[in-house]
Amino acid sequence: MTNIVFWFFVIMTITAALMVVLSKNLIYAAIALLFTFLGVAAMYVFLWADFIAGTQVMIYIGGILILLLFGIMLTHKITSVRISHTNVQRVEGALIVAAIFVGLVWMINFTPWLKVTTQEPLQTVHSIGTLLMTDFLLPFEVASVLLLGALIGAAVLARKET
Amino acid sequence: MNILQVYLTLAAVLFSLGIFAVITRRNAIAVLMGIELILNAANLNFIAFARFGGMNFSGHIFALFVIVLAAAEVAVALAIIINLYQNFKSINVDEAQQLKQ
Repeated sequence: MTNIVFWFFVIMTITAALMVVLSKNLIYAAIALLFTFLGVAAMYVFLWADFIAGTQVMIYIGGILILLLFGIMLTHKITSVRISHTNVQRVEGALIVAAIFVGLVWMINFTPWLKVTTQEPLQTVHSIGTLLMTDFLLPFEVASVLLLGALIGAAVLARKET
Repeated sequence: MNILQVYLTLAAVLFSLGIFAVITRRNAIAVLMGIELILNAANLNFIAFARFGGMNFSGHIFALFVIVLAAAEVAVALAIIINLYQNFKSINVDEAQQLKQ
């Protein structure tokens, strides 16, 4: 049963990612991106990272995807045909990407990965919170400053010149 | 599923598709979607190695930071794209060479 659910999510992720890349309609691509994010969140659940899965759903689907949809709708007339944007140089691009993919798969299958068997942790949020407040306190604070900078920068860039 | 390679292969698929979107798409927002796919692939690798490398939570922290950076990146990128659209009425990355007229 777990296997069926797992492979369902794997196939859903790959199909949706293909649609993101190949769809001519950008709105369809954005909706397919939603399913890609959902599939990756499901992978996180299978990898015992429930908190990251929740964060993925909240920030990627609730935030980034909505921003992207806003971007699409602000930069197009929704009914015009210019919303469809095809790809250029498909063959060359596909060749390069196929070379990268074959190399990656070769590397994945022939590297002797370190295998450590562990028990499933009882909780993850407690450990993540403790680490964020001890070992990773400086990156945590820097990330908050970066978010503030990005917020101000985006507002300054997007406002109309008066 | 308890095989590391399956997750790594899925991440490789997402990464390759993201690269494909970045190098073939002409629309700036579609390029941005490709970048999101690449970031997701990197995150999946972080979490997979955290899980199979002895349940080390540092990988989870890194994935969290990547998600935060992706949020900041997409906000700034969309601001730039909207600026581009206001100036040139087009967000074709082949034509975009300057932010001001």
